[in-house]
Amino acid sequence: MVQSAINGKLKAIVGEAYVSDAAEEIFIYSRDQGVQDPHNPDVVVLPGSTEEVKGIIQLAAAEKIPVVPMGGGLVLSGLTVPLKGGIVLDMKRMNHVIEVNEHSHYAVVEAGTSQGMLDAHLKKHHPGLKHSLPDAPPAATIAGNIAIHGSGHLSQSEGGFHSEMVTGLEVVLGTGEVVKLGSCSTVPGWFSRAPLPDLVGLFLGWNGTTGVITKIGLKLFPRPKFHDVLVYMTEDIDLAPVVLNRVIATSMAEDINYALAPKPDYLRGFQMIVINFTANTEDELNFKRKNIRAVMKDLYATKESGFMPVPPNMKAGFLEAPQKALSKFADVRKGGGFEYVGAIMPIEQIPAACRAGMEITSRHSITYSLGARIIGRGHAVMFFFAYPFNRVDLDEVERVKKALEDTNESVLKLGGIPWKTEVQGQRLILDQMDPATRSLIQRIRGVLDPAGIMNPGNWEVA
Amino acid sequence: MPELQFDPDLCAACTSIDCIMKCQYLSLDLARAREERMRIIQGEMSSVLEDCVTCYACEEYCPHGNHPFYHIVEQQERLGVHPVPIPIEKSQVVMMAPRGRMQEMDLKSPLINMCFFSIMKSTIRGALFEGATTIEGSDIFCNLMFLHFARNSTIKERLPLMIDNIMRFALKPSGVQDVICYHDECYGTYTSWARAFGIEVPFRPVHLFDYLYHRLAALKDRIRPLGVKVAYQRPCSNRLCPETDHYVDDIFTLIGADRPKRTYDYGNALCCGGVAEAAQRFELVDDIRAKNVADMKAAGVQYCVFNCPFCFWTLAEPVAKAGIFPIMMSDLCHLSLGE
Repeated sequence: MVQSAINGKLKAIVGEAYVSDAAEEIFIYSRDQGVQDPHNPDVVVLPGSTEEVKGIIQLAAAEKIPVVPMGGGLVLSGLTVPLKGGIVLDMKRMNHVIEVNEHSHYAVVEAGTSQGMLDAHLKKHHPGLKHSLPDAPPAATIAGNIAIHGSGHLSQSEGGFHSEMVTGLEVVLGTGEVVKLGSCSTVPGWFSRAPLPDLVGLFLGWNGTTGVITKIGLKLFPRPKFHDVLVYMTEDIDLAPVVLNRVIATSMAEDINYALAPKPDYLRGFQMIVINFTANTEDELNFKRKNIRAVMKDLYATKESGFMPVPPNMKAGFLEAPQKALSKFADVRKGGGFEYVGAIMPIEQIPAACRAGMEITSRHSITYSLGARIIGRGHAVMFFFAYPFNRVDLDEVERVKKALEDTNESVLKLGGIPWKTEVQGQRLILDQMDPATRSLIQRIRGVLDPAGIMNPGNWEVA
Repeated sequence: MPELQFDPDLCAACTSIDCIMKCQYLSLDLARAREERMRIIQGEMSSVLEDCVTCYACEEYCPHGNHPFYHIVEQQERLGVHPVPIPIEKSQVVMMAPRGRMQEMDLKSPLINMCFFSIMKSTIRGALFEGATTIEGSDIFCNLMFLHFARNSTIKERLPLMIDNIMRFALKPSGVQDVICYHDECYGTYTSWARAFGIEVPFRPVHLFDYLYHRLAALKDRIRPLGVKVAYQRPCSNRLCPETDHYVDDIFTLIGADRPKRTYDYGNALCCGGVAEAAQRFELVDDIRAKNVADMKAAGVQYCVFNCPFCFWTLAEPVAKAGIFPIMMSDLCHLSLGE
């Protein structure tokens, strides 16, 4: 079928206003803010319902047209760049908060609901509850973030990656079938994935290659009234895991982040461990503060490290969720370029990761910000090697690209796994993966997406 | 490098040892104080060097004007005592370093030196500061805070440059001679520390409270007496210029504020706790803040007034939680003028 005919059918499904192949739209949807090469989609479609998504996928499957689901488009590593053209399925119209269950602490949202929308909804209508916010701009979507195993300000204390906070999904498979997963498949409530066979994982971490998420059940958590932050400072890279583990062991911290950056000058060479904690009463807050300080006493007594006094203007920034520091850093080189290797890795590898990041950036003459968020009370960290660049400076873009490749390799050597990585990084992972696992992944894709239309190019062996 | 004018013989001959005996944070009897004093004079390690909270108060307590605190800081630095964790100290040294960005300025009197606190410039307004111009930032920063870090060397290195910057870029091009010090840390630097180290100050430093008092006197007809009780959080740096403390009472008289009798005021004032917090002495911080705020409450005050922005940042929250309104002195004066 010719493109104009396909576009006509798409317009019949979603309405004329929500289909576009205008040059400016094609340009915007061909790229993200990272260094991956752009690829033009043939058409951009904005569905308004699960039924419309189903219709689009059925059409695409019949015509063998690639489909790339897209949330906020903020992933930075090109996962929503249509590598083989076709349809970019922009989910932003599906942005309704369908349900909030105050008793069972979960929300059901449509896949285009942004982090900011849910946060605002909860603050307005359910002020006692919150969800875990990633340090992404508020336009990042809930679905996009859970689909890439994102993490956020409650990942330390409340169960780990955001994908682990999913209580149920509604998805449209590559065949066009609509499937419900979790308790919502059997009873009305979206409260749990257990005790059923857990199929939710078939759509988390797959970069949209198995289907389109249309609805999500997401865990919510109490929003305590009191909030404070402590910042621990050291020059000793090898001390970081010690400090982090001691704080984790107190079970007092809601969020724990580690940072090392050459800017501003007064922080060059110093590592900061930012410890956020919350409480329902002031007494509880003081109790937590004392406990966290107490476990560090023998360390700060040496005067080689210690808690940094945090003036109110700086404290306000540390108390924010999402944290804006990395977003601000993203523009440090100006010119609108920023990408990072996120790496899911063991906590004890933080020092080695820092050293690798500094060596790589020095070798490629680029600047950096390194850091980590503790996941699930320390079973892993999301370590980031963030490299800003000036998009106009093509030489710098190339150097960043090479640095990202080197960083991916380095992460795997260190025993970590690159997170939401671009296609080249996915291939590195697949090369190192157990062959039986790799084979199973390909077979599962074949079952869920027999026409091979779902975000092709991703999770494929070259 | 400038040398401290400290007389060891005078110190050794002192019988009262007020520097130690009056200290609110050390608990030594006279015999032990004599021993520790001698250790310090002889350049040996002393528990005083390690336990000092760097509140500056012994500069005021010394009946001989012999600069015991500056001497303690000298000895701390020589012996490698770090009151504050080393990474924090190093980071502060870089953060507050001069940037070399000064350019000739055309300024007018009254010229207010905001120290490093450009964030407080919003207080420079209204009739009190009519026509005022300001200088601020790391190129004119007194650096006296490094007393808290046992780093007289940093002050010695930077202060001459700061004075030169103020003269060359601010005062000479403008024909201004008086520098009104918003923070009495600067005033203390120029009138006490610089003299103690033999550094010449070629301009006239004016304490903010001196300026406020005279400005309020000139605006007397506009003052609407506040009729409130106010606690004064006397900062460590005022220990370097105790002769200015009377301005608090003078200003209060003019604006109709009462400074009720408190345990922790005047010579017995307690530190805000900010420096002790940086020194990781958290139990001490909790103790002195609790005592200080309880003392304010017992005195029945409605306001707690500050000169030092750092004290304000440190103590404003606990004070406010106790139902007392924290306020900078300049803002309290604005209130009295209905501004």
